Amino acid sequence: MKKVKTAQELKILQEEIQNSRDPEKPCITICAGTGCLTYGSQKLVDNFKAEIEKQNLNGKVEVRASGCHGFCERGPLVVINPQKILYQRVGLDDAEEIIKETILNGQIIDRLLYIDPVTQEKILHEDEIPFYKRQMRLVFGMNGNIDPNSLEDYLAIGGYSALIKVLNGMEPETIIEEIKTAGLRGRGGGGFSMGLKWEATRNAPGLPKYIICNADEGDPGAYMDRSLLEGNPYSILEGMLIGAYAIGSNTGYIYVRNEYPLAVKNITIAVEKARKLGILGENILGSGFDFDVVIVRGGGAFVCGEETALIASIEGRSGEPRAKYVFPAERGLYNKPTNINNVETWANVPLVINKGAEWYRSIGTENSKGTKIFALVGKINNTGLVEVPMGITLREIVYDIGGGIPKGRKFKAVQVGGPSGGCIPESHLDLQVDFDALSKVGSMMGSGGMIVMDDRTCMVDVALYFLKFLEEESCGKCTPCREGVHQMRLILERITEGNGKEEDLKTIEWMGKAIIDGSLCGLGGTAPNPVLTTLRYFRDEYEAHIKGKTCPAGVCKALITYTIDPDLCTGCMVCARICPVEAATGEKKEVHFIDQNKCIKCGACFESCKFDAVKVS
Amino acid sequence: MKTRIKKIIDKYHSDKGFLVPILQDVQKEYNYLNREALNLVSAFLKVPISQLYELGTFYKAFSLEPRGRHEMKLCTGTACHVRGVPLIKDNIERVLQIQSGETTPDLEFTFETVNCLGACALGPILVVDGEYHGNISISKTNKILKKLGKKVKIDEES
Repeated sequence: MKKVKTAQELKILQEEIQNSRDPEKPCITICAGTGCLTYGSQKLVDNFKAEIEKQNLNGKVEVRASGCHGFCERGPLVVINPQKILYQRVGLDDAEEIIKETILNGQIIDRLLYIDPVTQEKILHEDEIPFYKRQMRLVFGMNGNIDPNSLEDYLAIGGYSALIKVLNGMEPETIIEEIKTAGLRGRGGGGFSMGLKWEATRNAPGLPKYIICNADEGDPGAYMDRSLLEGNPYSILEGMLIGAYAIGSNTGYIYVRNEYPLAVKNITIAVEKARKLGILGENILGSGFDFDVVIVRGGGAFVCGEETALIASIEGRSGEPRAKYVFPAERGLYNKPTNINNVETWANVPLVINKGAEWYRSIGTENSKGTKIFALVGKINNTGLVEVPMGITLREIVYDIGGGIPKGRKFKAVQVGGPSGGCIPESHLDLQVDFDALSKVGSMMGSGGMIVMDDRTCMVDVALYFLKFLEEESCGKCTPCREGVHQMRLILERITEGNGKEEDLKTIEWMGKAIIDGSLCGLGGTAPNPVLTTLRYFRDEYEAHIKGKTCPAGVCKALITYTIDPDLCTGCMVCARICPVEAATGEKKEVHFIDQNKCIKCGACFESCKFDAVKVS
Repeated sequence: MKTRIKKIIDKYHSDKGFLVPILQDVQKEYNYLNREALNLVSAFLKVPISQLYELGTFYKAFSLEPRGRHEMKLCTGTACHVRGVPLIKDNIERVLQIQSGETTPDLEFTFETVNCLGACALGPILVVDGEYHGNISISKTNKILKKLGKKVKIDEES
């Protein structure tokens, strides 16, 4: 592509690309997000291309490897456009059949269709599937329509329209006002007004000013930022360009986790292509506005998601947060005014500019506007990324979109907001999800991880899990976090080992409050949340561990035993063959037995028994 | 070694702000941060060696010890955790006779746990030498370990 010199030229280019595309031309879209790639979808892409070559269909049928579609549970996903036929769990060898049957003969391949688990009906189109039907995919939905390495694809779906609009005479103040009116709040955890942050950075004295895209997505169980960066990097660049213009910044940083190699690759390609086209660099589209971005790979420290720690890391130091008496908007990177927003927040910006603040405001609840992408994971039928309007209930997310709990087990809790969030019990399932409602029940929006738990999940073990995580990730700078979380972990460990004392619960409650009050940054300030919420809603489970010395969910090793149910055991000998310590023994076709003195509770027999004869109690 | 380190530093225009990426590249080149390489970085950039050690120990991406021929990374994200990763972790540690974060004395295996790989639909996930294995279990892990030459009991018939 040739360099464009004015907003008008970019507009013409956009229209040319749009006009050159035939909407009726068959296009096979294969999801190539990290989830589907793990299933082997790259091979599928190659197979489709080879088949097209073989059938002499070059130029007649498009093949597009797109970003994540969200329905990771059913990958590899293939969507045939323009009909929007969805094939799921597509085998690597199915390419030939799909081209011959569906593309050439217009026949549907029944076995690749999604079956509604409730009605048992086969569903043909992507948007009719309950998982997608209840969503509102404003930001994330574009992923499926573009090849993340193709700037043309982004322009074809109207990309960079917001940038054109802004550079065609919108004043920086007007843009900031628009973002403020839209009520766009930060999607990274804090939930602070994006417009106010921009305004503060713009008004702060000192030059140069910096903007940062926080892509150090560290919350375990949340991967929407990665999927956006991988699937639609241009929309993030567009958001940053608009932000930089409004704030008056010429340099942006994208701080991305090094554990996300595909995201690093795709954003790097996107930046290079944007430079070549002339929408990054000097005098962008003839407006006199200069802007470029630097991509920084993170070093693998959870705390670097905290903004002051992230800044320290970019400066080449270890990522320790500082007290925020002065916000980064005034003194951030290299002590200059700095605006930090996360990936999803930046991706919302073009939407607000294109469609207007009033439209954006019409979605959501009173104080939380727009949509939010959640990672719906754990013990749930439809694992994946879901984008929903603020104000939807947890029940709708878990049951209507998520399809409920696998194997007919019972829902116990949903953990929202990552290690800083909290566990929400069944009694709050009708809660309308937004920033404030989640805080009210002791949880938080966080970055939007939603981990569903069933009756086989031990809540004490979950709380201990998060404490261990936070203890390891605590940078160690302030004492309440470093020592407090450590001590809490020791107490919880003692409880799961059957050595808990009755006063332990009171101790962790007041310790939790002290850690929240005394910690320097958000990591420590929210670290006790998983413990405090599980204690609030599942106190009986803690008491069962302490008083009854039992783990009701059958998880805590020290409190469980594996036995064989003689009525169910068929004497197939699998358990005896795999038991690493020869604790499980028995003759062929006779009931087996586990020697409790030898058993190391590794769980191998429980997992392998095809007859559910191994019981845990 | 001198020229290789110089080349890495030149890539970042000797900018001290890029210490973390520089060390990432050094680690990629030598598979760990060895003393000699760190000394060279320190001399070239005129930063105290203590600062390099601070970074080397703070960030998880860095290793000050040589790493094994096979790298096993087990995802311990929350979704994988509730789907039974703790037992799988115990099993790998038992078979390799090392704790997570360690390397076997024969330098064959490095075993680590990682925070969320973001492929939760496939959890639990084990990454072996860059290859993702989804929905793994104790028995699947054992099969992988056996393929890589470890002695483990697996059920040959299934």
